Amino acid sequence: MMTRQQSKTQGINRRQFLATTARLSCAVALAGGGIATVAKSQPLGPQAIRPPGALAEQDFLSACVRCGLCVEACPYDTLKLARWFEQAPTGTPWFEARKVPCEMCDDIPCIKACPSGALEQALTDIDQAKMGIAVLIDEKNCLNFKGLRCDVCYRVCPLIDNAITLERSRNERSGHHAMFIPVVNPDTCTGCGKCEHACVLDEAAIKVLPPHIAMGKTADHDTYFNTESTTLEMLNKGFEL
Amino acid sequence: MSTAKVNQARFAEDAIRELGWWKAHRFLLLRRATQLTVLALFAIGPLLGLWLLKGNLSSSLLLDTIPMADPLVTLQLLTAGHVPEASLLIGAAIIGLFYALMGGRVFCSWVCPVNMVTDLAAYLRRRFALPRTPELPRQLRYFMLALVLLLPVVTGIAAWEWLNPVPVLYRAVLFGAGAGLGLLVAIFLADLLIVERLWCSHLCPSGALFALLGKLSPVKMTAVNAKDCNNCMDCFVVCPERQVLKPALKGANPMITDSDCTQCGRCIDVCAKGVFQYKNRFTFQDNPLQKSPRIAKKAENEQ
Ligand code: SF4
Ligand code: SF4
Ligand code: SF4
Ligand code: SF4
Ligand code: SF4
Repeated sequence: MMTRQQSKTQGINRRQFLATTARLSCAVALAGGGIATVAKSQPLGPQAIRPPGALAEQDFLSACVRCGLCVEACPYDTLKLARWFEQAPTGTPWFEARKVPCEMCDDIPCIKACPSGALEQALTDIDQAKMGIAVLIDEKNCLNFKGLRCDVCYRVCPLIDNAITLERSRNERSGHHAMFIPVVNPDTCTGCGKCEHACVLDEAAIKVLPPHIAMGKTADHDTYFNTESTTLEMLNKGFEL
Repeated sequence: MSTAKVNQARFAEDAIRELGWWKAHRFLLLRRATQLTVLALFAIGPLLGLWLLKGNLSSSLLLDTIPMADPLVTLQLLTAGHVPEASLLIGAAIIGLFYALMGGRVFCSWVCPVNMVTDLAAYLRRRFALPRTPELPRQLRYFMLALVLLLPVVTGIAAWEWLNPVPVLYRAVLFGAGAGLGLLVAIFLADLLIVERLWCSHLCPSGALFALLGKLSPVKMTAVNAKDCNNCMDCFVVCPERQVLKPALKGANPMITDSDCTQCGRCIDVCAKGVFQYKNRFTFQDNPLQKSPRIAKKAENEQ
């Protein structure tokens, strides 16, 4: 049997409890808003490249537990875990091609080490990696554009003549020399960064950028994204799309 | 200052006189040794190339075979909608099971490196007799836990890992991420100057999750000699979760059932009367009738 006194104190307790709960919820929700804002406002910097097999950035951030197992597995000290206010969200693995590029190990130990699936185990052929895409970003200072035969980026590429080629063209400046222009094939470039690392200039003229920065994107509704197949399709169907 | 000195001289003096200095500090020192050993086992990998343990507390590999993973970060991946590799799930299950058996917050007092920072703040508080500040509700940490698990649902990323001081400290030591140490200084100062035991006893969501995991653990701190207690209050001074002590000392059940207890053993250290002991929830029965089946079992085993 509950006395009146007891029920009264319990009523107060319940009210106090509800009030505390409400206050705590508000405080915590505010804190949460802050944490979410800061955590989300830390995007991957333009010079930060993820390890091979990394999921697309948003998925990567929901998958990586920031354990550093990939970092410890890398035999070349390529990978590192981001510190606060570095180019990648804190604790996630990345590398700077200009400092230490990826050596494209055949057995890809970094992927094997990843327990979370942030690095896709399905990637078994390192040549299929898409860590980033090399872009010859400065045509003014690139020595080959000046008509010289530097070729260093071309020569160090593990996929030479495939991911990067030298295209011959007429040197309009001298009128009778050839220029050998390094051209990156974005479909085969793995983004290992050896070209950027090796570029002889003080600041590399060729840079590896994360795929989402390096690549343009056509609109989803654009039917002409692949004109060849669209035309073929139209011909086959007798113009009755 | 002089009063502080007097307080200091008095604290746990009885225990040191009765039990000797070692016995009055035994669990404190053992815990420090364990915390530093775990950290060292991780650190000798990158530093000396001795790979007994790879990774860090978030996820690791013991002797290249046994996966271990932090249940909190694993839950965050799941609420973010990512299904991790089996090794991470197995690792989280191994760690979850371990702490469910050993007592959840054993992690806090025996493994977590942040505990060394917050214990230092608590020691300084006691040493300089800093005034007690109004208590915050301790259930705040469960709200924090809910928040940490909700943020990935809303943002799609494991947002808490940006701030979580437990892995931040480990990364600072193992991978040289020095800036994270600023966070620990902040926790230290908040514990020292704002609210007593602010981080571990009020906010930390890892501690909250481990407390939940340890609810059914068989290991329980127990006031076996509660009748000898002379109300010196030393255990209340030293316990990081002092609200758990009174029910065991004054109530009907001498076992500390509250899973907030970190199993740190400091209450054993500082008690001159030897009131507290680690006990197994199932064996601690004074009733001889309860003991007889166990004796029978032992006899069976010996046949
Ligand atoms: S492929 Fe090899 S070199 Fe490249 S990041 Fe992975 S482990 Fe390092
Ligand atoms: S091993 Fe995987 S989960 Fe761990 S830090 Fe590397 S990418 Fe993240
Ligand atoms: S409450 Fe959190 S920070 Fe404190 S000891 Fe436990 S896990 Fe570590
Ligand atoms: S159990 Fe009693 S005698 Fe022992 S430290 Fe606590 S208050 Fe003092
Ligand atoms: S009751 Fe004892 S073991 Fe538990 S937290 Fe307090 S001092 Fe530590």
